[in-house]
Amino acid sequence: MNQPAWELFLTSLWPIAQGAILGTIPLALISFVIGLLLALGVALMRLSRLKWVSAIARVYISIVRGTPLLVQLFVIFYGLPSLGLLIDPWPSAIVAFSINVGGYAAEIIRAAILSVPRGQWEAAYMAGMSHRLALRRVILPQAARVSVPPLSNTFISLVKDTSLASLILVTELFREAQQVAAFSQEFMLLYLEAALVYWVICLALSGGQGMLEKRLDRYVAH
Amino acid sequence: MSPTDLPAAGGASGAGAASALLTVRGLQKSFGDNQVLHSVDLTVERGQVLVLIGSSGSGKTTVLRCLNGLEHADGGTVDVAGELTLDFAARPTKKQFNALRDRSAMVFQHYNLFPHMTVLENVIEGPVMVQKRPKSEATDEAVAMLERVGLAEKADAYPFELSGGQQQRVGIVRALALKPQLLLFDEPTSALDPELVGDVLRLIKELAAEGWTMVIVTHELEFAREVAHEVAFVDGGRIIERGHPSQLLRDPQQERTRQFLHRLLFPF
Repeated sequence: MNQPAWELFLTSLWPIAQGAILGTIPLALISFVIGLLLALGVALMRLSRLKWVSAIARVYISIVRGTPLLVQLFVIFYGLPSLGLLIDPWPSAIVAFSINVGGYAAEIIRAAILSVPRGQWEAAYMAGMSHRLALRRVILPQAARVSVPPLSNTFISLVKDTSLASLILVTELFREAQQVAAFSQEFMLLYLEAALVYWVICLALSGGQGMLEKRLDRYVAH
Repeated sequence: MSPTDLPAAGGASGAGAASALLTVRGLQKSFGDNQVLHSVDLTVERGQVLVLIGSSGSGKTTVLRCLNGLEHADGGTVDVAGELTLDFAARPTKKQFNALRDRSAMVFQHYNLFPHMTVLENVIEGPVMVQKRPKSEATDEAVAMLERVGLAEKADAYPFELSGGQQQRVGIVRALALKPQLLLFDEPTSALDPELVGDVLRLIKELAAEGWTMVIVTHELEFAREVAHEVAFVDGGRIIERGHPSQLLRDPQQERTRQFLHRLLFPF
């Protein structure tokens, strides 16, 4: 047990990295993709002229933003079984995180769509486009550019929030660190090590965000 | 590029038909309590140019926007070439609005080019995505038109890399590429630096000479005098006076027209 600290750091790095590669990263990626699709639908519903459609979207967003993510996670994993709906840890986590991203990203996408000047809609209609085609060809590509920075924030938050999945028994980065910590009793070292790995992942993501923004900015005056 | 080359714009209604391409009767439009158009009547003959003048807020731009379905009028009728009639009091269907847009194309004051597309992509977007024409054919035509307006070397540039005058010429080519029967211009030079106005006006004059049917909203009186077959003065949502440009611009019959022209000629 009296391993030198650096040796424990190195030997625990592999299980923690494994937790990141097999748990944290795929969990965040899958949830984000599903959440974005959900968010696009919710954003379009929220912009609908039909009052009841927009009301449904409004209520959804309000619930997601007004309740803690941990509570959402527990309702799905520990709550639903009492209604006879038993979901495994992984799918539970994906459902909860997707729903969460869906709520937050919907508002980002809605704002981005609204930020596209009205003249763009008019030019699209003038060219004979339907509402749907105008959205797909003219509005969403421009909204995408505007929404990259805030959506990157959402994604980075999500990566860190996946640590909550450790509380519903998903094997991911933080749970691996917890297990080594419990075993070695080196709490400070292991939790700092976990923090460091999260930080490295988020640094890489920030870099990716910068590259994406640069690519999407190619048609904007500098 | 002349309209007579285009199957869509040719004598589809037959040799003996009346030559009015556009007939507007009793057009009305309100925004809330504010009635911006009171019963506007217009006729534009095939191959003719109608210029609408009037102060801002007079309703002239609203007339134009109704002709492209960007505003839905509350009442009145719009007839194109005797083939398509929209009765606004009876709420035209989506299909009728699409048919109206199919026959007319608009050039905007602020160009409204698609910023995420290159010049060429801007021009072929409608023909390829909406009219489902082969991309190679649309591209060849677009390149030829860009060449004609002196922008061939800008085909792969993005709009932000172009001057205002160049952007507006692309806006005009984009409208032409849709092969409309009717071209609508909404203050096409109002957003341009003075030294860039000439190129755009020259191009519009060339199109007029080729026989395109156009409705133009503009404040450029000298240009109106040269290009228009008829000028109409719009005020308070009504056509106050219309006539041949040399007559209306030089010797208006209505006091309101006289005041407007005087203000425009002597702003100080």
